[in-house]
Amino acid sequence: MYVYDDFDWAFLEQRVSEFRDQVRRRLSGELTEDEFKLLRLLNGVYLQLHAYMLRIGIPYGTLSSAQMRALAHVARHYDRGYGHFTTRQNIQFHWIKLEQLPDAMAYLGKARLHGIQTSGNSIRNVTTDQWAGVAPDEIEDPRVWAEVVRQHTTLHPEFSFLPRKFKIAITAAQHDRAAIKIHDIGLRLHRNGAGETGFEVLVGGGLGRTPFIAKSIRPFLSKRDILSYVEAILRVYNQFARRDNLYKSRIKILVHDLGAEAFAREVEAEWQYIKDGPLALDPAVIAEIAARFRYPDYARLDDDPPELASLRKADRRFDKWVTNAVANHKVPGYTIVTLSLKPEGGPPGDATSDQMDAIADLADRYSFGEIRVGHEQNLVLPHVAQRDLAGLWRALDAIGVATPNLGLVSDIIACPGLDYCSLANARSIPIAQELTRRFRDLNLAHDLGRLHINISGCINACGHHHVGHIGILGVEKNGEEFYQITLGGRADERAELGKLLGPAVPYAKVADVVEEVVAAYLELRERPNETFVETIKRLGVEPFKERVYATH
Amino acid sequence: MTSPLEQKLKVKGPVVVTANRLRDGAVIYRTAAGGWTTQIRGAAIVTTTPAAQDLLKGAVADDVGAVGAYVAPVEVSDEHGVRPGNLRERIRVAGPTIALPEISAPALSAMRRA
Amino acid sequence: MPLIKNGSVIVDRYVHVLDDAPLPEGVPVIVPAARFLADVAEILQCETPVGVIWPNNRRVAELAPYLDRLALVALVFPSFKDGRAYSQARLLRERYDYHGELRATGQILRDQFLFLVRAGFDVLDVAKPGDIDAFASVLKRYTVFYQTAGEGHTAATRLRLAGKAPLSRVGEIA
Repeated sequence: MYVYDDFDWAFLEQRVSEFRDQVRRRLSGELTEDEFKLLRLLNGVYLQLHAYMLRIGIPYGTLSSAQMRALAHVARHYDRGYGHFTTRQNIQFHWIKLEQLPDAMAYLGKARLHGIQTSGNSIRNVTTDQWAGVAPDEIEDPRVWAEVVRQHTTLHPEFSFLPRKFKIAITAAQHDRAAIKIHDIGLRLHRNGAGETGFEVLVGGGLGRTPFIAKSIRPFLSKRDILSYVEAILRVYNQFARRDNLYKSRIKILVHDLGAEAFAREVEAEWQYIKDGPLALDPAVIAEIAARFRYPDYARLDDDPPELASLRKADRRFDKWVTNAVANHKVPGYTIVTLSLKPEGGPPGDATSDQMDAIADLADRYSFGEIRVGHEQNLVLPHVAQRDLAGLWRALDAIGVATPNLGLVSDIIACPGLDYCSLANARSIPIAQELTRRFRDLNLAHDLGRLHINISGCINACGHHHVGHIGILGVEKNGEEFYQITLGGRADERAELGKLLGPAVPYAKVADVVEEVVAAYLELRERPNETFVETIKRLGVEPFKERVYATH
Repeated sequence: MTSPLEQKLKVKGPVVVTANRLRDGAVIYRTAAGGWTTQIRGAAIVTTTPAAQDLLKGAVADDVGAVGAYVAPVEVSDEHGVRPGNLRERIRVAGPTIALPEISAPALSAMRRA
Repeated sequence: MPLIKNGSVIVDRYVHVLDDAPLPEGVPVIVPAARFLADVAEILQCETPVGVIWPNNRRVAELAPYLDRLALVALVFPSFKDGRAYSQARLLRERYDYHGELRATGQILRDQFLFLVRAGFDVLDVAKPGDIDAFASVLKRYTVFYQTAGEGHTAATRLRLAGKAPLSRVGEIA
């Protein structure tokens, strides 16, 4: 857990006070909506269909139990008793009143939570692997770097009025759980041939109207240079990206238009001027930030306590849950436990205040008070002792977050869609809910294996549909909801965009089509452990298209 | 995004002007008297483009009362009166089409006090 | 439009010559970039101070050769959402070592004053009279910054390392 110091506190308090003043000036009419919109977006306040929406940033997806309780409190007292975890490791409240916002923010500020730069044309939450700090396959904790970048990009005087939003993600493991290749800047911590640890720098990833996978512009950058290099990228972007057209203002368009090599040259040219200046990170600065990440005082425990094995034998449900939701931890005797926020029939990624409070208590009891938020809209308890798994499971099961469907067909990622969002063309949540009902059979789900369904209610792609194994995009045709379906997308280190299956499908038929796609996969796979996405890669979408559209 | 005043308005049936209330984001409709109501049946209904533009202009000028005003279709019938004219407007009137989580009693009374 | 410098309202001494008219004598003048570059030798012979209005879509590197003889550079914010001139300002101050007056013009909100000052602007051309009074309090709003920039504020990290005195803490939820 990163420990705030007095500087961080002062900053936050000053920000809350500034926003309170801005709300006052808006309510009195001193500020027009046009002027205020810019300012409220810098604090994560959107206007949606029914109310304001408040998006709270959860830096690198890490929450303390106290922070989770603060979120539960805000949901209970300023919202309708629940919150929604997003694809960028943040949380959203959908029923907020503007006049109550300063109080809600003051309350959250005391828990070190805020919405600074969670919206608007600013540098957004720096996201990372939800298993950071505990994953066995990571080189080092990427959250230290996420914090370094977070501080530097918070209320940066030069980069607070960018052409468009800017998203940065960092990974430090073989398997990219942070989807860095669909970010404006993706940073991959790795060791080079000489054994030094540094960053590969990728730019220009992003979804939306014109999706792109990020391009690598620098294979290795030493740690010392990370801030100056990011600064150089931002400066090139701020000056030269288009501002005349909302849909052409992301850095991915600039990189595409210039070409990755020409873009890289601009960045390198700018960087030469600043790399040895005040942004060069000396080891003392890095160490200071790293030292403020507290790690648990792990007990010396053995792997595979015998009680665990016998409990698994005795209780099949428990056993299935362990197989699905429990992952190896870098410390012997410990595990990483994922909580499914995708119950059958539920809106993906939502948690009630009561659930949040219960999870906070369980974090205190079983996970050293720490919780993570993943971009797949599930939660993680990152430090659970193997010997505690049974006790934890019973409690998780009781509050409905132990569905053993993680990574499977019913672990759906979806944006809020037209039920909430004023940008949407179509609903996404009811589609997800119906799909979880169609695929309620967990044996089938296990047989299907890893299968990510991503649903977006509009082309802004907050559901990341382009990189879903099955991607579903809501569109509007003659006042009716239709859905385009893509297959074969991936968000990990082998990121690629999905391919269109065929003509858009009406609302009532989406679940049928997905069932047919799944049935086709079962028929076409070479062997049971060829995953869905591998089958698509091998065969393309044609055989699926034939089967689906033949019957319609 | 295009300002609502710049949008090419082509009114082909009965429409209202709707927005969100500034202080709490509640859905509101422009009345003939130049105010706002939360009830769609109280909304001023117009049927021509100039009338809609006029209604919208007044609404947009009320920067302290409302945010994000735009023209929305309605259906008018003897049987049902005024009803929202598309899915988005139906959702704005009736709320999300999905069941919201059950709220515990303490939370409900806290909301009522708010 | 009123100009603010260091919290006080000042009078704009510069005569704006926005067309091809001959430059008035004996007064400071400010001209647009195109005019400046076309007549640069002649303009820089003026005995009075000379300023240029530089658009936000041109690299300031083009202006670099003349900076030591310019008393004023005015940068432009065509909309408060358009942040290009923040980069231009920092480059002028930090890369090209410009010491003259750096003026922010166009659409700027009081909520941007602190960013502007930190980016290196010392004079702000303010659209709303009400914002002038707010200048002092707006600038005091933040005492802590995470980044260093042209104005010389020390970044929070360096202050921490130097063991500077802590500021008062907000009541904390543990």
